Amino acid sequence: MLTTTHTRKRALLAILALPLVLAACSDGDGNGGGGSGATEEGGGSGDADFTFAVVTHASAGDAFWDVVKNGADAAAEDLGVEVTYQGSGEPDEQAQFIDAAVSDEVDGIVVSLANPDAMREPLAAAADAGIPIITINSGENESASLGAITHVGQTETVAGQGAGEQLAEAGVTNLICVIHEPGNIGLEQRCEGATEGLGGTVENLQVDINDVAGAQNTIQSSLQADPSIDGVLALNPAIGVAAVDAVAGAGSEAQIATFDLSGDVVSAIEDGSILFAVDQQQYLQGYIPIVLLKLYQENNNTMGGGLPVLTGPGFVTQENAATVAELAEAGTR
Amino acid sequence: MTAAPAATSSDERVVGSGLTRRFLQRPELGAAVGALAVFLFFAIQTDAFATPAGIANWLDASAPLGIMAVAVALLMIGGEFDLSAGVMTATAGLVVATFATEYGVNVWGAFAIALVVGLVVGLVNGVIVVRTGLPSFIVTLGMFLVLQGLNLGVTKIITGTVQVRGLDDAAGYDSARTVFASTVSIFGANVRVTVFWWIAVTALATYVLLRTRPGNWIFAVGGSAVAARGVGVPASRTKIALFMTVSTMAALVGTMQAVRLTSVQANSGIGLEFEFIIAAVIGGCLLTGGFGSAIGASLGALIFGMAKQGIVFANWDSDWFMLFLGLLLLLATWLNLYVRKRAEVLKR
Repeated sequence: MLTTTHTRKRALLAILALPLVLAACSDGDGNGGGGSGATEEGGGSGDADFTFAVVTHASAGDAFWDVVKNGADAAAEDLGVEVTYQGSGEPDEQAQFIDAAVSDEVDGIVVSLANPDAMREPLAAAADAGIPIITINSGENESASLGAITHVGQTETVAGQGAGEQLAEAGVTNLICVIHEPGNIGLEQRCEGATEGLGGTVENLQVDINDVAGAQNTIQSSLQADPSIDGVLALNPAIGVAAVDAVAGAGSEAQIATFDLSGDVVSAIEDGSILFAVDQQQYLQGYIPIVLLKLYQENNNTMGGGLPVLTGPGFVTQENAATVAELAEAGTR
Repeated sequence: MTAAPAATSSDERVVGSGLTRRFLQRPELGAAVGALAVFLFFAIQTDAFATPAGIANWLDASAPLGIMAVAVALLMIGGEFDLSAGVMTATAGLVVATFATEYGVNVWGAFAIALVVGLVVGLVNGVIVVRTGLPSFIVTLGMFLVLQGLNLGVTKIITGTVQVRGLDDAAGYDSARTVFASTVSIFGANVRVTVFWWIAVTALATYVLLRTRPGNWIFAVGGSAVAARGVGVPASRTKIALFMTVSTMAALVGTMQAVRLTSVQANSGIGLEFEFIIAAVIGGCLLTGGFGSAIGASLGALIFGMAKQGIVFANWDSDWFMLFLGLLLLLATWLNLYVRKRAEVLKR
C-alpha cells in the first residue's frame, strides 16, 4: 500500500515536471518573454530590444509558410530582435493570436490577411495600443484600411494573369485551376487572373490542402472525366507535385504550372514535368517586414509610399531552375 | 465505548452527507484541480498570462468552446455523440451572414432562421439515431460531411466566392453586436460578452441536470436506455431533444462568431467537434454516457483555452504547438482522474 502510493507520487511529480523541461528547452532558442525569471536572462543573447509577432493564416507544417517562418527567423537572428510565429487557418484563432500579441505588448505585428474582415477588430486593438502593423501575402487591398504601415506581397490577380499568359503561350486552352484553401480570397483572385490571361476555358477545382493525397485523387478524377483538359494550374507547391502524379495517373497530356516553390517543384521543373512555377519569393515576406518594423521603431521609416512592396511574381522555368534548386532545398526559396 | 462507532457506521448507505464529503463527490473536482494547475503553470511561466488583458484573452478563446462543451456534455451524459456540431457553427454563421447581406433580412431575423436551421439539423440527427438504431458516431459523421458540402456549395452559388462578407452593414447589426460580440471593461481588460453567455449556459445546464426531471432522464438514458424506458423515461424524446440542444447551441455560437468577425468562411468549423468532445471529457464526462457534469465541461473548455493561448504567451516554437497542447491536455486529464480517485478513497 505504502509503496504504491510512493510510486504514484513519484510518477505524478515526474509528469508534472515534464512541461517545465520542455519549456526550458524551447526557451533555449531565444525566449525574450522575460517572465520565466532571472535565471534565463543570462542565457539569452541580450540584445533583443524588440519583439515582433508574426501571425499567419496557415497551420504549422505548410511547406510554403515554413519558408516565410525561416525568413522571419533569419531576420530575427541577423537583426538581433525577438520574433514569435503563430498561425491558424481558423479566422477566430488567428484573431485570438493577434489579441494575445497585443496583450503581450509586442513592438510590431506582421499579419497575413486571408480573411481581412475577421482581423479588423484585433488589428484595431493593436493600432489603439500603438503597435505598428505590416500585412503580408494576402490582403493587399485591405491593408491600408486596417491601419497597416505597408503591405509586403505579390498582387494576386497580376500574378494569375502572368501565369495564364504563359500557359496560353504553351498552347493550353482548357485549364483547371486548383483551389486548396476554400476560404482564401487570394486564391480566387489568382484563378480570376489566370482566366483573363489565358483567354480560354478555366474551371476552378476545390481540394483540401490538409489532404494532399485526396487532392491528387480529385485532380485525377477531373482529368479522367474531361480528357479535353490540357492544363492544370496548382496554387501551392504540394498540390503542384500532386498534380504531376495525377496527370501521370490519368494518362493525360495536360501541362502543369504551379504557384510557389519547393525542392520537389524545382526538380519537377528541371525534368520537365512541371512547365513553370510562379515564384512570389515568400522568404522576403518573412524577412522584410521584420526589417521594416525595426526601421519603423528605430527611425520611424516607412516603405512603399502607400503602394505594396512587391516580392513577386517571378517565373522559375527549366532555364533558371538549377540555380534556385539548391536554395529551395535549404528552405529559403 | 463500542456503541458510538457502531452507530455512525451501522449502515454506510444512509450516512449523512457532510459538506466536505459532498464536495469530494462532485465529478468536476478533478477538472477544477487540472484548471488550477494549468493556470498556475502559465502564470509562473509567462508575463502576460495572469494580467487582466491576458485573462480576457484566454477567457475569450474558451467561451465559445465552453458553451458548446456544455451542450455536448449533456448529449454525452445522454449516451450519444455529435460530430456535426463543429461544422454546424459554420453553417449557422453562413446562414446569418447570407440572409443578412444577400437578402436584406435584419440580423435578428437571420439569427432566428439560424436557430430554426439548428433545431432542424438536431431533429434530423436525433430522429435518425433513434429510429434506425445506428450509432450516433456514424449518423452525425454523415451530417458533418453533408453540412460541409452544403456550406461550400451553397455559399459559392449565392455569393460567387467562398466567404460571405459585409455583415456589419446589415440592419440590426449594432444591437446584435452588443448582445453577441461586444466587450465589457473589467479591471481595464476588455472581457468578451460571450464569457457571460458561457457562464449563463453552464448555470442553466447545471440546474437542468441536477434539479429537474429532464435532468434525471438524461442521466437515465445515458446509463441504460432500455432500463430507463422500463421505468417510464421517454428515452427517444430525451435523446432527440439533446441532439437539438447541441445543434441549436451551435447555431448560437456560429452567430456569435459571424457577428464578431463580420465575415464567415465557408470552410470554417471543421475539426471543432473534437475540441468540444475533448473539453467535455477533460471535464469528467464518460465516453460511455451516464456520467459527467456541465461545470466539468466548462472547466474542460477553460483548460483547453488556457493551454492554447498559454502556449502562445510562452513563445514556444509554433512547430511544436500541437505536441505541447496534446501533452498539456493529457496531463490535465490524468490529474483530473488522479484527484478523483484520491477523492474516492478519502470520502470513505
